Amino acid sequence: MAIATIEKTAKNLVLTVQDYSLFAWRAFTNLYHPPIYWPEFLVQADIIGVGSLSIVVLSGLSTGGVLALQSAATLSAFGATAVTGQFVSLTMIRELGPVLTGVMVSGRNASSMASELGSMVVTEQIDAMRALGVDPMRKLVTPRIFSSIFTLFFLTIVADACGIAGGGLVTVFMNHQNGTQYFDMAWEHLRYPDIIQGLVKPLFFGYILSSIGCFYGMRTSGGTEGVGRSTIEAVVWASVLIIFVDFLLTQVLLTLLSML
Amino acid sequence: MNETPASSQPGQSTAPIADAGPVVIFRNVSIAFDGPPVLDNISFSVAQGETRVLLGPAGVGKSVLLKLVNGLLRPDQGCIELFGEDISHMPEEQLFPLRTRTGMVFQEGALFDSLTVRDNVAYQLIQERVPDDEIDRRVRDALRFVELEETFDLFPASLSGGMRRRVAIARALIRQPELLLYDSPTGGLDPITSTTIIELIVKERDVFHTPSLLVTHRLQDAFLLCNHRFEPQLGRMVPLPKGITDPNTTFLMLEEGRLIFDGSLHELVKSNNKFVREFLA
Repeated sequence: MAIATIEKTAKNLVLTVQDYSLFAWRAFTNLYHPPIYWPEFLVQADIIGVGSLSIVVLSGLSTGGVLALQSAATLSAFGATAVTGQFVSLTMIRELGPVLTGVMVSGRNASSMASELGSMVVTEQIDAMRALGVDPMRKLVTPRIFSSIFTLFFLTIVADACGIAGGGLVTVFMNHQNGTQYFDMAWEHLRYPDIIQGLVKPLFFGYILSSIGCFYGMRTSGGTEGVGRSTIEAVVWASVLIIFVDFLLTQVLLTLLSML
Repeated sequence: MNETPASSQPGQSTAPIADAGPVVIFRNVSIAFDGPPVLDNISFSVAQGETRVLLGPAGVGKSVLLKLVNGLLRPDQGCIELFGEDISHMPEEQLFPLRTRTGMVFQEGALFDSLTVRDNVAYQLIQERVPDDEIDRRVRDALRFVELEETFDLFPASLSGGMRRRVAIARALIRQPELLLYDSPTGGLDPITSTTIIELIVKERDVFHTPSLLVTHRLQDAFLLCNHRFEPQLGRMVPLPKGITDPNTTFLMLEEGRLIFDGSLHELVKSNNKFVREFLA
């Protein structure tokens, strides 16, 4: 009985991975064959990018502030509070900016994609679209994926800037340190490999969060309860995958960039 | 009940349509979803100008059959021909142009929540980049047909269930399809609204003569379709003379995934099949 359950679960997992891979590949390659629904790209870029701006600014500011507080407390033991700026900027740009933005945006948008598409599936709107001769993958999924990739890139830059600014505010007004020194250290120790690392990651995270959100939305079954289930699965898997892929990417990018 | 096809009445507007080859052909079609077959070895056809009413209790596979017709689902076995092309294994990309030649009315209307009635009805025309003026004119024509012109700028959320079905019919009709598929168009509606919907279907049948396949579990809808014709002068449907039925409206009946009846109303009411008799009782 237990073995049968394990076997069934394993088969389901493999089947889901296979379905996701085919889904993500098809959504990606749709960009290279007409019809391409360009207006949908703009609409989704507005919803995903502009709509997520406030949470990205707030989380960036808070994270930068916390980093400055924590690092200053630790660094003061070694008399090295002067490097707070360097610490905050490198941590934000290389790691926390992309990952936090990815996770925050997936919380907001992977869930909204899964619930929106899931509702369309259970109310037969997706079937209606197909019956009207329109491919839902091209009309709904591909624009969401590429808009997510595009906007997450810029949202990450905003999060990085806000994080460094947040760290600066804490350094000046709470830790009573020199602001010029903070920003000098933040800028001077920044290298191109750090920036490249920080800007390559959101491209992957944007793809992950949107493809997972759309995938779970499009395979929704079981009415409104199914929509809820899809939403939860989309957010959980998108967040977990972002963190896991971040680990892999960091390893690969560190290796590649060290060769430059 | 002794029904005679209306073709026997000279001058009737409901004469049989000349046969120009079937629009839909099912040959030994079967489909299953993780269990016993939902449809088992189904064979039938829909001829030009013919309205076929698919009867059967809930959960018997009627909607599945309808989705097989335009390739929304694929059969596990058998062959389905739509407009003379075998669609059983046709790639999705090739199915889209074929689907634009059909109109489908879904069970709950399946209108797009985020679009106005105008944009819902014009959905295909918008995709085809038809000029706005022409879209407005054609949408108004389609809405006038279903007597809902005033809903042009409204969103589906502000419409009643019956109005949504009528908008869905307008959406299905706007490109003058070569085949219409109705999935329980009166399901869950009150008797008066149901009659309004059936009247629209009769109007469509008698004005445009579009071949159609209508799924329903409501016997009264099936009889209404068969016993009435649309009278253009009065602008409403009127009953056919007693004992006369529309010769182009015929019936199919499903029982547990198997097709147990295929014929006219006259043959249906005379059928000796136990399930048919129970269903009609």
